[in-house]
Amino acid sequence: MAARAIGPVMLELRNIALSFGGVQALRGISFDVRQHEIRAIIGPNGAGKSSLLNVINGVYVPQQGEIVFQGRVRRRMDRHEAARQGMARTFQNIALFKGMSVLDNIMTGRLLKMRCNFLQQALYWGAAQREEIAHRARAEEIIEFLEIEHLRKTPVGRLPYGLQKRVELGRALAAEPCLLLLDEPMAGMNVEEKQDMCRYILDVNQELGTTVVLIEHDMGVVMDLSDRVLVLDYGRKIGDGRPAEVRADPLVVAAYLGNPSMPEGHA
Amino acid sequence: MLYREAGQFKSSYADDQRIFPLRQDRHAFWALLAAAYVGVPLLANDYWLQAILTPVLIFSLAALGLNILTGYAGQLSLGSAAFMAVGAFAAYNFMLRLPWMPFPLAFVLGGVTAALAGLLFGLPSFRIKGYYLAVATLAAQFFIIWVLTKFPWFSNYSSSGVITAQVLSLAGYKFLTPVSKYLLVLICVSLFALAAKNMTRCAIGRAWMAVRDMDVAASVVGIRLMPVKLLAFAVSSFYCGLAGVLYAYCYIGTVEPEAFSLDLSFRILFMVIVGGMGSILGSFLGAAFIVLLPIGLDHILSALPGAWLPAGFGSNLQLMLFGGLIIFFLIVEPQGLARLWQIAKEKLRLWPFPH
Repeated sequence: MAARAIGPVMLELRNIALSFGGVQALRGISFDVRQHEIRAIIGPNGAGKSSLLNVINGVYVPQQGEIVFQGRVRRRMDRHEAARQGMARTFQNIALFKGMSVLDNIMTGRLLKMRCNFLQQALYWGAAQREEIAHRARAEEIIEFLEIEHLRKTPVGRLPYGLQKRVELGRALAAEPCLLLLDEPMAGMNVEEKQDMCRYILDVNQELGTTVVLIEHDMGVVMDLSDRVLVLDYGRKIGDGRPAEVRADPLVVAAYLGNPSMPEGHA
Repeated sequence: MLYREAGQFKSSYADDQRIFPLRQDRHAFWALLAAAYVGVPLLANDYWLQAILTPVLIFSLAALGLNILTGYAGQLSLGSAAFMAVGAFAAYNFMLRLPWMPFPLAFVLGGVTAALAGLLFGLPSFRIKGYYLAVATLAAQFFIIWVLTKFPWFSNYSSSGVITAQVLSLAGYKFLTPVSKYLLVLICVSLFALAAKNMTRCAIGRAWMAVRDMDVAASVVGIRLMPVKLLAFAVSSFYCGLAGVLYAYCYIGTVEPEAFSLDLSFRILFMVIVGGMGSILGSFLGAAFIVLLPIGLDHILSALPGAWLPAGFGSNLQLMLFGGLIIFFLIVEPQGLARLWQIAKEKLRLWPFPH
């Protein structure tokens, strides 16, 4: 499918465990993500997919395990550190800045790259103005790529759900990430919106070489897009491999379809 | 028909990022500035300058400060008046104890002192949010006023705790007349309003709004919450502090710590709510509204053939209207007068056609 070559491992999780009180969200998960690949995470509701994503970029702190990113071994990831190291993400329940325009939301994705201090910005003269305009130009490229030029000045709170998801992708892309974490980017979308979103994800992956980790429920999308699929169920890893292998795996089928003849010990 | 953007093509991002992208707005703004800088000093009498325009401008600056903190960065504060007090007393002491200091420097240092106090009382925002933070800023309000009253050093051991603002003079010119004080206030307010506008439309403004709208997402895009919140506290307190300096030196002349009571903090908060959260224009509209409302009501009531009205009716009516209006704005237009202005402009673009 893709012309890009899958590179070495860029992110590895080793034996990650996470619990909230008595609830075990993740039980000893290990998996890796290779450079330039699209890595899907699937599983039934409550399987721990979002928790896993939250562990990767430091929103949650795991009780056990290691995160190896870009060759550095960490006990936990720090959110800012994750952002600085080139991780960007979207959320399952859109986490846009509701009071701000589409353009401003996308511009926040570039905050880490802006250098002027607040006094320079207060003067808005010289360096601060040049910086704003340079970053505006980059934000506009993303707006053009996502085909939302007509909405740039609209407050995101007024946009329909599908477009909000698109803006959130835009904000993540604005940071020029090397690793993009997408939490159900197509949830609640109609067929055309899904197709658009798939196109954006593929374009980003193939043209910019961005590594993508995505959680998705639409099996058609997962099978078409992803290079490798990780399957979770009740916080356990029950499958990991190429889409065709995973689809044929009886454990995965059981978890998804509730096969009554499933093997013992995986209730 | 006059308010049209047809034919105004923006061909660069610099054009699009201007404060007033529309030519009509720009012209109107320059006309307003010209009126404020030239027209008013020539035409207005002392009553207008002293009792109306100067306080409106000073409170606009204070409201601007609170708006940066509450409207933009989303941190509710009830300590604005205390930071005004810090500014006023700091400037007083700088000028008293360092007589060589030119007053603009003392003014700025007054603001900086208030900013430091704001930083200190902004520290709890690291741990607490919303109403709890509001209560923490309430501590600032009471603590600062208590300190200024308790230690007579701050008021130079004046027996009543009242300080009398020194005469401002710069290069031999003394600011004694209402016009000169008005112009001084106007210069300060226009400069710092511009700075506030610039900050809020730049990266730091976006960081503030991001923290306001969703702090988890803000931290995920790489915003460090603490420095961003503290900067909002510092900048906001600087503005309030400077407003306090101007209040003491260009408006009242003699102030005591109790003048900067919780009551005043609430009035500034009302200005922000009525004017419009997260709007520079709103700070001015809100301040004008809250300052002018009592004056206007007085005039109306005194014009009525109201000998039969009980004494104190006017001031009670004021309070009732105040409360009523706050509730009205919270329910009907939480984004305040600034939003109404924006709606009016959007309507005007189409007028006289319905669509």
